[in-house]
Amino acid sequence: MTFAELRDFIVAQFGAEVIVAEKPDNLQPYLVLQPERLAEVCLELHDNEQTYFDFLSCLTGIDNGPEAGTMEVVYNLYSIPYNQHLTLKVQVPRNTAGQPIPAVPTVSHIWRTADWHEREVFDLIGIYFTDHPDMRRILCAADWEGHPLRKDYKLQDYYHGIKVPYDNHNENSGFRGEPVKLTQQPAPFSDRREKPE
Amino acid sequence: MDKTGEGGIVITKLDDLLNWARLTSLFPMGFGLACCAIEMMGAYGSNYDLDRFGIIPRASPRQSDVMIVAGTVTFKMADRVRRLYEQMPEPRYVISMGSCSNCGGPYWEHGYHVVKGVDRIIPVDVYVPGCPPRPEALIGGFLKLQEIIRKETIRAPRAVQQIMAERMNNEDVMNNV
Repeated sequence: MTFAELRDFIVAQFGAEVIVAEKPDNLQPYLVLQPERLAEVCLELHDNEQTYFDFLSCLTGIDNGPEAGTMEVVYNLYSIPYNQHLTLKVQVPRNTAGQPIPAVPTVSHIWRTADWHEREVFDLIGIYFTDHPDMRRILCAADWEGHPLRKDYKLQDYYHGIKVPYDNHNENSGFRGEPVKLTQQPAPFSDRREKPE
Repeated sequence: MDKTGEGGIVITKLDDLLNWARLTSLFPMGFGLACCAIEMMGAYGSNYDLDRFGIIPRASPRQSDVMIVAGTVTFKMADRVRRLYEQMPEPRYVISMGSCSNCGGPYWEHGYHVVKGVDRIIPVDVYVPGCPPRPEALIGGFLKLQEIIRKETIRAPRAVQQIMAERMNNEDVMNNV
């Protein structure tokens, strides 16, 4: 199946409105889908005997920055029986401060690979995957603040009483035997186990 | 001892005897965090053979004298490193091995997840530079640590001095509040 045939296949199954945009002449051609219908399209691509996209090669989150105001999730599908690649994207509006983070339906029930990949995207980019069985941070500590790979990410000053930024390193903590002065009261060593909130 | 013809008696200072016993049986805790740990394991192996200095890794912090922080200390790991350090009995020492645990290493500016030096969590006695340091460099770090221990005396135990310094520091903080 060529890319155009795959596109027609999706249009025939779900209607033309499910494809928001497409770029067929790209080196890696891709389709941009409606976020709310992503899961059913993926399930059909996975199950149908003509496509059999049984392998999710990669799942990536992209922050386009505050100016663009969008975030993307990219799905690289591969069909092992047909040796066929397909790239899907969904685009969601970026949240500003105070708003809830954007949400995309999960595909972790279709490909188990997506489970941890979606947790990674949630952790580092800040996109929530609805109906995910275990949506919590995977790399950063459970009580970390913010999503580090966002374009407008700012480091926190202290984490459990440890100074996070590098500046004035020697003055504050490099020398042995001198009292370490911090502006904020260091929090006591937490014995709390990591659990989702 | 019989060769000396002095009836098998060796006279030494108690300080020297204790220090000698301690510095020739440094038991490090057997744990590593990143690629520096591979060099550390190489140093334990037969080619470099840390065993000839009496350095044998122990599986428990309760039995360890020295902690080798070999690798990148992330904020997620920081609590664990601190807890392991607190579980070690006094007198305890820390060797910071490699750029990452010395000062954050290549992650010093943009590494949001890396503690910029393990000395922000626990007191460090010896810093071993390198990325990662060769086993020779780690052995050099141990020799430096042995020099530190050789100068100690039971009349001024380091652990007590540390506790007193900590108390004075806390009093300063309380006075400022």
